[in-house]
Amino acid sequence: MPAALFWIFACVMLIFGVMVIINRNPVSSALSLVVSFLGLAALYISLDAFFLGVIQILVYAGAVMVLFLFIIMLLDLKAERRRDFNLVTLFGGIVVVVLFVKVLFDVCYGFQHGNAVFPALQPNPHGDTWLVGMELFEQYKLPLQVVGVLVLVASVGVVLLSKREVK
Amino acid sequence: MATLNDYLLASGLLFTIGFAGVLLRRNIIIIYMALELMLNAANLSLVAFSRFHVQAGLPDYNAQVLVFFIITVAAAEVAVGLAVIVALYRAKQTTHIDDLNSLKF
Repeated sequence: MPAALFWIFACVMLIFGVMVIINRNPVSSALSLVVSFLGLAALYISLDAFFLGVIQILVYAGAVMVLFLFIIMLLDLKAERRRDFNLVTLFGGIVVVVLFVKVLFDVCYGFQHGNAVFPALQPNPHGDTWLVGMELFEQYKLPLQVVGVLVLVASVGVVLLSKREVK
Repeated sequence: MATLNDYLLASGLLFTIGFAGVLLRRNIIIIYMALELMLNAANLSLVAFSRFHVQAGLPDYNAQVLVFFIITVAAAEVAVGLAVIVALYRAKQTTHIDDLNSLKF
């Protein structure tokens, strides 16, 4: 992928990420998050991770964000009215974020291996999804089943949590 | 061509945005969305490291499998978290965290 496309998608991802936290209306925040995830999926595809890019769109931009929008509309949340800011939180948040960005730049520009350009990939006849599947089902059989149990427990837990009070 | 540093920088900035959201916003659902941003920032750096660690002409698929597991667990976590938020809203009729302070020391 040309460098220009990387910068376009990275900017889309970051700008809509900022929109998530500055919008007052929760529905606009959720829709900005969808666009941010689409930019992220494009970055995955630029890294030759086609399977993860598609999963990102299907699972995150599709399922998870529909769940968010559904809950926002179910609770009928209005745009947040402006309250007086907690000054300590605001100041602390800004200081922590500025320090974090400074550390980030220091680490990235002191990381010599990070200046490597894309190493060449050999063309493979099977494609990305086949390779991820082989890795998953050959080396990660047990974790895959554990994750399956986790998802089962989570769905049972959600049903329990959303029941009315049990007498 | 973009380098590994560019991807790490984008990932770090996305994490920072999510972090700022968690610290600055007061609406519990927006905080939850900012948490999702932070998870995805970690995923982006994992995929970038996977692509730049080429062995025998293939990217490192261990990292991509880890990202796959993270996405699965995050989806389960979103479902549970939103159920907790709905239960909380049913009990207190608010999603503003300044009103949810019964566990506060």
